[in-house]
Amino acid sequence: MSHLVLKGLTKRYGNLTAVDGLSLSVDQGEFVSLLGPSGCGKTTTLQMIAGFVEPTSGSIVLNGKDLGRVPANKRGLGIVFQNYALFPHMTAGENISFGLEMQGLGKSECRARVAEALKLVSLEHLVDRHPARMSGGQQQRVALARALVIRPSVLLLDEPLSNLDAKLREEMQLELRSIQRTVGTTTILVTHDQSEALALSDRIVVMNQGRVEQVADPFSAYEGPASQFVGGFLGKANVFAPCPEDYEGQPRARIGEAHIEMEGRPVPVGAVIVRPEKILFSDPSVCALPGRLKTRVFQGNHWLCQVDTSVGEVSVIRQNDGQSIPAEGETVYLRWRAQDMRPVTPQEGAP
Amino acid sequence: MIVDPRARPWLLSAPALVLYATFLIVPLFMVFLISFFDFQFYGGIQRVFTLKNYVEILTDGYYYEIYARTFGVAAAVTLICLVLGSTEAYVLSRMSNPWKGLFLMVVLGPLLISVVVRTLGWALLFGSTGLISQALMALGLVSGPVNLMYSNLGVTIALTHVLVPFMVIAVWASLQRINPSSEAAALSLGASQFTVVRRVIVPQIMPGIASGSIIVFALAASAFATPEIIGGRRLKTVATAAYDEFLNTLNWPLGAALAVLLLVATMIVLLAANRLIERRYSAVYN
Repeated sequence: MSHLVLKGLTKRYGNLTAVDGLSLSVDQGEFVSLLGPSGCGKTTTLQMIAGFVEPTSGSIVLNGKDLGRVPANKRGLGIVFQNYALFPHMTAGENISFGLEMQGLGKSECRARVAEALKLVSLEHLVDRHPARMSGGQQQRVALARALVIRPSVLLLDEPLSNLDAKLREEMQLELRSIQRTVGTTTILVTHDQSEALALSDRIVVMNQGRVEQVADPFSAYEGPASQFVGGFLGKANVFAPCPEDYEGQPRARIGEAHIEMEGRPVPVGAVIVRPEKILFSDPSVCALPGRLKTRVFQGNHWLCQVDTSVGEVSVIRQNDGQSIPAEGETVYLRWRAQDMRPVTPQEGAP
Repeated sequence: MIVDPRARPWLLSAPALVLYATFLIVPLFMVFLISFFDFQFYGGIQRVFTLKNYVEILTDGYYYEIYARTFGVAAAVTLICLVLGSTEAYVLSRMSNPWKGLFLMVVLGPLLISVVVRTLGWALLFGSTGLISQALMALGLVSGPVNLMYSNLGVTIALTHVLVPFMVIAVWASLQRINPSSEAAALSLGASQFTVVRRVIVPQIMPGIASGSIIVFALAASAFATPEIIGGRRLKTVATAAYDEFLNTLNWPLGAALAVLLLVATMIVLLAANRLIERRYSAVYN
C-alpha cells in the first residue's frame, strides 16, 4: 500500500487554477521530486500537503488516514523551507529541540535526540551557535536536522538548496541523498532545478501550468520524455519533425537534407526530440544533416555547439575527450542514431 | 585646503553639532544651573549655589506623591500600550492587503490630531454627565454617576489613547523583519498558535517592544497636556507641577529641580530596562 496518496488534488485562486487534479502515490521511503518552472503549482502542492493551504478539492491520504481536517501542527511532517526559517533567537540546539519540546519529551531525551540529529548533519560543534553566525550551508543543515529530529512520516523540502552557491549545492545534494537513505524517510522535494531533481530522486513528477506532464524515474524521464515540455525542461533538447519516406522498401525518416534509415522501426509520427549529446559530427553522408557551426562554447568537460541547419538551429554537446571540434563557421555534418529520436506529444498551449 | 584626517568627521558633523548644542545641550544645561539657584518670595531668583530645592523635594512627602503618581501612571500606560499595541500590530500584520493599509491608517490617524483636542474630547466623555457615566448607568452597572475626570484612571486612559500608536509603529517595524515562514516552521513542528506567538513571534519582536516601551514611558512620564486637562489641579504630575512652579509661583529654581530629577529618574528607569532586555534577548539584536 502506498504511504502518501494525493487524489485529484486541485487548488483554485479565483479564476486561476494553481494545481489541477494532481494524483500521485508515494511509497514508503521513496524520494519524489516535484519539478517545474515557477508558477507550475509545485509549491502550492507542497503547501497543501503541509496543511498551510487548503485544497479546493481532492484529498491527501497519509498511511490510510485522510489529512483533510488535520491542521498543519498535527500532521507531523518535517519541512525544510527555501530560506530555512530558523528561529533567529534560538541556538542551533534550541532550534532542533523545539519540535521535541512540542511533543512533550523530557529534557534528557531531548538533549540526546538533538545530539543525534546534529551528528547526522555533522554539526556537533555548533550546538550553541545562533543562526546569524552560521554560513548558509550550516543553516541549511540545522534546518534539515530540525525537520528530521521529530521523526516525521514525510519530509517536505521546498527548494532547499537554491540559496547555496553552485559548489556547496552539489555537496549538499550528495549529503541530502545519503542522509535520506540513512533515515529512510519518505521525502518530497520541490525544485525548479532539473539537475537537482535528476540527482536526488527515485521518481520525478514534472509539472507545468498546474498539471502533471510526466511521472517517471530520472533516467526514463530524461531518455523518454512524454512531452515536448518535459524534453525541453529536463536538459536540452532538439525538436525535429521527420517526414516518412520509402527507400527501396525500407522506411526512412527525412529531416531537412538527412535521410535516416529506421533499421526496421516505424517512422515516428509528429515531433521527435534528439538530445544534443547524442549528435555526432561526421563526414558528408546521405543520413547526415549539413549545417554551419555558428558558435562553440567551451565548458570544461564538454563543448556546447550551435549549428545552423535548414531545419533551424541544432545544439550539439561533445565531450572534451581529445577529438577535435570543428571551428566556428566551418561546414559540419550531423548524425544521430534512429533510436535516439524520441517521439513526444507536442507542447500544449506553447507560446 | 589640507585637513587632518582625524578632524574631518568632526568638521563634517559640525553643523549638526552646533544645532544640537544650541537647542538641546545649552537649554538643558541652563535648567540644570537654575535648579541650584535660590528663590526669595520678595527678592526673586538669587544667583547663588544652593541645594535647597533638591533638599525640599527630597524631604517633602508632597513631592514623593507627585513623583509616585507620575511614574505609576507612566508604568500603567506603558503596560497597557504594550499589550494593546503589540496585539494590534500583530493582528494588523496578519490582515490581507487592502485592509492592512486601511487599518494602519486608522491606528495612526489620531497622531494627526492635536493632543489637546483629543484630550478635550476625552474630557467630554469622562465627566459625571458624560457619555461613559450615562452609558454605565443606562446599563445598570453603576448606581450613581461616575466621574473619571480628575482621576488617575482617567489620565491613564487618555494617555494610553495618545501614546498607543507609537507602540504600534515600533512593534510593526520589527514584525516586518520576521521571516514569515518561521511561523509556518513552528506550526509544522507541532506548536499551537499560542505557542508560536509566545516562543517564536514575541522573542523576535522584543527589540520593537523595548523601543516602543521606552518611547511610551518617556512620553508618558513627561506628558503635560493630558494630565493638565484630565488630572487638573488636584492630580499633579511632575510636568504640571514644574509648569506651576515656573509660571504661577515664578519659583523657577524649584521647577528646574523638579524637571532635572524627572529627567534623571526617567533615564535611570529606561537605561536599566534597556540593559535588561538587551541582555536577555541578545541574539535578536545583532
